[in-house]
Amino acid sequence: MIEVNDLTKYYGQKRAISNVSFKVKKGEILGMLGPNAAGKTTAMRILTCYMPPTAGSATVGGYDIFDQSMQVRRITGYLPENPPLYTELTVKDYLMFVAKIKGVEKDKTKAEIDTVIEKASIGEVRNRVIGKLSKGFKQRVGLAQCLLNNPQVVILDEPTVGLDPKQIIEIRELIKNLKGDHTVILSSHILPEVEQTCERVVIISEGEVVAEDTPENLTARMKGGERVLLELEGDEKQVKEVFRTFPDVTAVKVNKTAGGLLKVEVESKKDLRKDYAQALIVKKIGLLEMQSDKVTLEDIFLHLTTKEEAA
Amino acid sequence: MRKTLAIFEKEFKSFFYSPLAYVIIAIFTLITGYLFYNLLSWFVEQSFMMTMQAQQYRQAPPKFNVNLHLIRGYFGTLAFISLFILPTITMRLFAEEKKQGTLELLYTTPITELQVVTGKYLAGLALYIVLLIPTMFFMALLFIYGDPEFLPVLSGYIGLILLGSTFIALGLFISTLTENQIIAAIGGFALSLLLWIIGWGATFTGGTLKPVLEYLSILVHFEDFAQGVIDSTHVAYYLIFTIFGLYLSLKSIESVKWRT
Repeated sequence: MIEVNDLTKYYGQKRAISNVSFKVKKGEILGMLGPNAAGKTTAMRILTCYMPPTAGSATVGGYDIFDQSMQVRRITGYLPENPPLYTELTVKDYLMFVAKIKGVEKDKTKAEIDTVIEKASIGEVRNRVIGKLSKGFKQRVGLAQCLLNNPQVVILDEPTVGLDPKQIIEIRELIKNLKGDHTVILSSHILPEVEQTCERVVIISEGEVVAEDTPENLTARMKGGERVLLELEGDEKQVKEVFRTFPDVTAVKVNKTAGGLLKVEVESKKDLRKDYAQALIVKKIGLLEMQSDKVTLEDIFLHLTTKEEAA
Repeated sequence: MRKTLAIFEKEFKSFFYSPLAYVIIAIFTLITGYLFYNLLSWFVEQSFMMTMQAQQYRQAPPKFNVNLHLIRGYFGTLAFISLFILPTITMRLFAEEKKQGTLELLYTTPITELQVVTGKYLAGLALYIVLLIPTMFFMALLFIYGDPEFLPVLSGYIGLILLGSTFIALGLFISTLTENQIIAAIGGFALSLLLWIIGWGATFTGGTLKPVLEYLSILVHFEDFAQGVIDSTHVAYYLIFTIFGLYLSLKSIESVKWRT
């Protein structure tokens, strides 16, 4: 559905993105992840025909973003980071205006507007002036705008930024519901969000794609081993010795807490939690807490993006 | 066409959603009304004195031409007030979109830049015509209590609308250059004023420059309309400048995409 090949964009001397390539299948939700100023917005603006790339090409729904810009715009719905709202209009008037400029047929306009109002659940504010709405409602009105004319491709730039936790969950649900009918690209710098809503993730750092995979695969790839966090009561030296007896343990980190307890971080090639417990009890070391620490997308993200900085 | 109309409708409504349109209409009506009253009083006083004088010398009472002595001057006044008021109409047309980030919507929906520019220009022109309506009531008074010629009044309004069209197209262009409405208003006013006064330089220059400056002056072209003459060269002047302004606006908003 969307094919991006070696997109590069310079703002003057500054390179915003370089050789960005990825593909999105029909009906898929792709998450674009990266720290602020990584080039996510630039990539999205190019895909939505807001501005042309310096080099490279991309097609959306088989149409070239440069040569067939009008066709691309016709099948794409875009929600920029700051929802483009005319604050003096009412929600209904605004959607009516967008429907007209999107070329929704006259007799279908009303039904189309009712559909997006329902999808974005903004029925209660449909007659209110946009400028007087809360941030959450404004974001939804933006989303409703983006879904007008039932676009095949939906591009959302940081759709949950600035919302309260309840609103975030609602917007995420809404996005998940788009799956199947729409091909979605979603950008975010919040990892759990991408983990929860997207089937595939592209991680962008400093304008380059550093990883592209499913959230699960990315996690698995990073998961070189098991990491266990323990809270123990005992002698530091003795504790270290206990863990060294296991040949599969690769690293042990011990920190003393203010209360005289030990916080231990153990990494190993396989899950050894049972064996740890037994060994500790045999040595009469107090085992207060033990938990398996899963490698999160966050770790991968930090790993990938900080590695980039070091290079 | 439907999209141009959508832009037009939205822009025209937006004028009235904010206090701006009401303030502009109120100020324009107040000032033009006051000046109309003054011109009329002056005209009545003059004609009364002249008639008295003629009676004293036992001459036939002189004929006073309302068109020549009142209406012509009034159109000049209207044009002058328009010079000040029109930049306040055009200032928000693009500057506000830039500031609010709504240009991003227009650039990513299937609407062409030409449709956007045309829609906005027409909305500005429509508001200007709304502004002129109260002055038509003043004119109507003259028709009720006197008998001026109708055609010069009609041609005067055509001239005013053409003049307004030029200022609006140029103001629109200035508005595409900035996201600050105040700067857009000042810039639009400066550019309009330049066209207004550029002819003054013609007096002190000679050779090839003189006719050029005279041609560029927006005032020179307006005078004939106020006198009841619709000359195609003058119409052409306004149309050329309007198209020029719209063309610059179009290129300006297209170029935003290419700026790196």
